[in-house]
Amino acid sequence: MIIVRKEHRVLIQGITGKQGTFWTELMQDYGTIVVGGVNPKKAGTTHCGVPVYASAVEAMKETPFDVSVLFIPPLGVKDAALDAIEAGAKNLCILTEHIPVQDVMHFMAAAKDADTDITGPNTAGSVTVGECFLGFMPAFNQRIFKPGRIGVISRSGSLGTLMCQNIVSAGYGQSAFIGIGGDPIIGTTTRAALEALDADGGTDAVVVVGEIGGEMEEHAAEYAAKMDKPVIAFIAGGAAPKGKKMGHAGAIVMGDRGTYQSKSKALQAAGASVLATPSHVGDVLKERLGL
Amino acid sequence: MNFEEHAAKPLLVVAGIAAPEGRYVRTADDAARAQQVIGPCVVKAQAPTGKRGKAGGIKTADTPEEAKAVAEKILGMDIAGHVVEGVLVEARSDIKREFYAAIMNSPASKGPLVIFSTEGGMDIEDVAAQTPDKIKRATVDIRDGFGAKAATAMLAGLDLGEATAGVSEALGKLYAAYIANDAELLEINPLVLTGDGALVALDCKFVMDDSAIKRQATLAELGTPEKLTALEARGEAAAIKYIELDGDIGILANGAGLTMTTMDVVRHHGGNPANFCEIGGEAYTKAQTALEMVLDKPGIKSLVVNFCGAFARCEVMMEGLLNAWDELKPEIPVFFSIAGTGDEEAIAMLKDRLGLDPYPDMDAACKAAVDAAKVGGA
Repeated sequence: MIIVRKEHRVLIQGITGKQGTFWTELMQDYGTIVVGGVNPKKAGTTHCGVPVYASAVEAMKETPFDVSVLFIPPLGVKDAALDAIEAGAKNLCILTEHIPVQDVMHFMAAAKDADTDITGPNTAGSVTVGECFLGFMPAFNQRIFKPGRIGVISRSGSLGTLMCQNIVSAGYGQSAFIGIGGDPIIGTTTRAALEALDADGGTDAVVVVGEIGGEMEEHAAEYAAKMDKPVIAFIAGGAAPKGKKMGHAGAIVMGDRGTYQSKSKALQAAGASVLATPSHVGDVLKERLGL
Repeated sequence: MNFEEHAAKPLLVVAGIAAPEGRYVRTADDAARAQQVIGPCVVKAQAPTGKRGKAGGIKTADTPEEAKAVAEKILGMDIAGHVVEGVLVEARSDIKREFYAAIMNSPASKGPLVIFSTEGGMDIEDVAAQTPDKIKRATVDIRDGFGAKAATAMLAGLDLGEATAGVSEALGKLYAAYIANDAELLEINPLVLTGDGALVALDCKFVMDDSAIKRQATLAELGTPEKLTALEARGEAAAIKYIELDGDIGILANGAGLTMTTMDVVRHHGGNPANFCEIGGEAYTKAQTALEMVLDKPGIKSLVVNFCGAFARCEVMMEGLLNAWDELKPEIPVFFSIAGTGDEEAIAMLKDRLGLDPYPDMDAACKAAVDAAKVGGA
């Protein structure tokens, strides 16, 4: 399950922390059904109006949930994620940056066996516009998110947010925003998110916000070539020097791999429109959707 | 984090993989003394990069005088931007066959990837292109690990002769070292079979996962820190990602993706970014320090501030930036684009304290900054 819906029940691991509290309240205001939280030290208390449990497994027994959002520091994520996977969560939204990669590989393997989708790590979250949101997205800002029929996939929270604002200023709205995260090893890839939005009846076109590094955009292009829905892409990092990690651990060009040119070429060959700058997204949407 | 060969090889030895007897020295005289102890040797430039041999950084020496002479040439060499500060003086091996072995993180399988080839001593990308049948790969479930038994299964079909059992064992040991040291890449090229049937690691490349530095603090001290400019080092100390570039348009934005894109759009409009500086994530409260760094870059002619709040809140970033502005009173023109969480408050603060309005989008802000830099330069 990649697109989270308004009927899905959400657990917040790390609910009692400062960021956990701040964003849980915003999620609740928006309509996300938060059914509980986890903090072993505060089990039995109530926070943000919901019960706090010692573990995700305990929470599942008392208040079944579909999705867990993790507000957990890097070295604690592995255990928290394994707990949620064991509990039977269908999707984990992992916001944390700088998790040791071997820890990530460990819970990715467990998630695969349990058929749990993972969004992130190092994602800003996701928004199903007008229904619910997870993580730290400004879903409630109506100049950025409006109900509509454009699906958005982004490795970056800030740039994805900007793209969403440009979509709204052009007179469109979004069906769903899927923040996939800026790490080199992530659960839901660009391609998996593209497949989910292709299958979504509420989505007419998909905007892919990619960046240099890795081969995810190239793999997504293979799927885009088979799609009827228009795909529009922007790849960040064309002006970045080689061999430097550009803020995201995944955003690094090594030799000829992961380059802007490789990604934009693959996407163009698949029939996607590749934007020169994010400000042009509205014009290209008009052109591709014939509005 | 990269490790030089002399710092990486002991990790193999601890895991049970043999390496030639060697000494790491920093002067030519010490290289001569090391040669006296070791005998016929190879003097190898130490730098956190490949292609040291091609750059002339690896030479043999049969006498102390020769060792001193080649070390004098190698020390101080520039190899791919790294100045050589030390050499590894290592006993020469009797090479019968050369193999390649590596364990790395694989984004495709989301787990460790073991790679072995009978064609060692070459660039593995070239082997993959020319003789792909001589490479074997195995994806590993990190929960299960990878031992000699799994290695034997992986190596089936390769003609390893007398080295068959030894290679399987070595791969298992290499995997153990990869796990123990939080490697993102641990590579032996070449892994050689010697005349007397031993397997010896002639080189070792180790890249540690940067996210594991906290839990590998002792080991990390042996790594080679990334070469930073003075401004970049200031950024690192303040936990702000700052990369110095050679242009004249300063960039301050939040989030890696947005900051990269701001550089791209400045470039698109014909300008040259002076830096990458992002205050996203936990750093969003550090706008004041970030602005100081961006402005301290010599030759800066204009500045783009691009905030798009998600986790980072625009009003918090703006508060820090305006405080720094009051203190520094910079005279260069500044162009804002502001959107996302806390944008209305941030825009009101900007109007109130600097009397400025943001541009309608980042293209407009970047273009204005490029135009201003051209005027400033004329």
